[in-house]
Amino acid sequence: MPLPSVLGSEIEYGITVQGDPDFDPISSCVLLVNAYQDNEDAQILWDYEQENPLADARGFHVEGEKYTPNQQENIARNKTLRNGARFYVDHAHPEYSTPEVTNVRDLIAYERAGERTMEAARRAATALLPAGQTLLIHKNNSDRKGNSYGNHENYLIERRTPFREIVEHMTPFLITRNVFCGAGKVGSENRAQQCEYQISQRADFFETEVALDTMVKRPIINTRDEPHADREKYRRFHIIIGDSNLCEVSTYLRVGVTSIVLALVEDGAIPKSLSITDPVKVVKEISHDLGCKRQYALERGGRMTAIEVQRELLDNALRYFSSRSLDPITKDVLVRWERVLAALADDPMQLEREVDWVAKHKLIRSYIQRHKVDWHHPQVHMLDLQYHDVRPDKGLFFLLERRGEVDRVVESEEIERAVTTPPSDTRAYFRGECIRRYPEAVFGVNWDSISFNVGEEPIKRILMNEPLKGTRAHVEDLLNASPTASVLVRNLTS
Amino acid sequence: MASGEQTQKNKQGGGESGGTPAGDGAGQKKIAKKGEELKDEMDSLIDEIDEVLEENAEEFVKNYVQRGGE
Repeated sequence: MPLPSVLGSEIEYGITVQGDPDFDPISSCVLLVNAYQDNEDAQILWDYEQENPLADARGFHVEGEKYTPNQQENIARNKTLRNGARFYVDHAHPEYSTPEVTNVRDLIAYERAGERTMEAARRAATALLPAGQTLLIHKNNSDRKGNSYGNHENYLIERRTPFREIVEHMTPFLITRNVFCGAGKVGSENRAQQCEYQISQRADFFETEVALDTMVKRPIINTRDEPHADREKYRRFHIIIGDSNLCEVSTYLRVGVTSIVLALVEDGAIPKSLSITDPVKVVKEISHDLGCKRQYALERGGRMTAIEVQRELLDNALRYFSSRSLDPITKDVLVRWERVLAALADDPMQLEREVDWVAKHKLIRSYIQRHKVDWHHPQVHMLDLQYHDVRPDKGLFFLLERRGEVDRVVESEEIERAVTTPPSDTRAYFRGECIRRYPEAVFGVNWDSISFNVGEEPIKRILMNEPLKGTRAHVEDLLNASPTASVLVRNLTS
Repeated sequence: MASGEQTQKNKQGGGESGGTPAGDGAGQKKIAKKGEELKDEMDSLIDEIDEVLEENAEEFVKNYVQRGGE
């Protein structure tokens, strides 16, 4: 029956230091992450060890164990925040992983909280740099010189769903969904066919259909099987092919529609396969077809445009939900999905208020007309980059937003609250509240565990195998009854 | 920037962008007026972009090199 009820995103941002000829991305990332003030009393390790449970309390498992990695480097690269998010250094990029949420509206609030966290950290880090140097952060996925970095989506689904069916149905869905959620890019790279502008930042980088890799030979379907939860029950479907969006509606459609299609796959509600011949080639062709009119061969015979593939999936969804009760968000996503497909079929360029690639394309086109330059002009490349700048006064997306030229999904107050407050309806609540209440006692964190250092005793690791336990409803009374971490651990283990 | 404020109001009041194109009884005048508004709006947007766009775009873009990630 289920819609994936637990979601999260992990976004790598571009980083550079203006005015520094010796710019080093890794040390700049470490500076950035450590400049951010979330909770000064917290010195929390990221807990890389996967452990087996020993005891149980209220959906948690508890065990005692000492664990000593290279603490200094670990702490310097990892910050777990009061809102339950992880802000850290991933290779040569700063990354923000949202806390686990239960719906796409919350996902947008926490993802945008990530933008604000990046900007606050950026300002603080720049203040520590020599005069004349400015640290800059971009929420994009490519430097347009052949280097890409990711936006990863996570959807908790039931383990029983055969992976083969996920691959069969999600491949045509994922390669066609960019028509309503691509972030747009000037030019092409990674030996892809040349173009002035394309729909997706990432399409040029996908070279294979199914694999475990993320950094080389990137696959359309990633096979990472690390549920960060009870692996007997759950699978975490990990999508690496998406672009990072600035437009809230683009994120809303991308994640909301993906949740719906995954539900169809889980319940076997896609009767006719929409598999497209040669998806690795087609994902790039779709990205280059700004009119969205081109047709592609289906394995079952016949040809369809990307919009028609989406439309058939929508029809499956409408049939599926006709006999089921709908929550308001899913209902709204269905309505918007239908509307965006109709608008795309009519003229994609009318989606400038909702879809990143269209908004950016219009902005650049207007600039080109006014200043009589062409698509290869450095200023056009600058526009393409600066659209993604996280500075509110410099980022061109934020300029559009300030002028009221893009549609919103969440209120600014929701985003502001999400910067420091965890979601109340997942285990991120327990994680975030423990960091807020007992910052000095939290020793280490992972998505499915939190460990405490309480005086003389060994480190106590609390395992959280169930993402929907540890919510406010489950643990607020327990936390209120535990003035210290020591009491909390005693209450949990007794 | 007065025109910017004006067009913003129009935009916000205009509902969704995917509405029917003018012409269904709206008449040529309305189309012309709409065209002018759009042009004013666009002019004010580009003015604002010119104010914030990074100087030395060529240098900036050339130096923007990232390592592959994920």
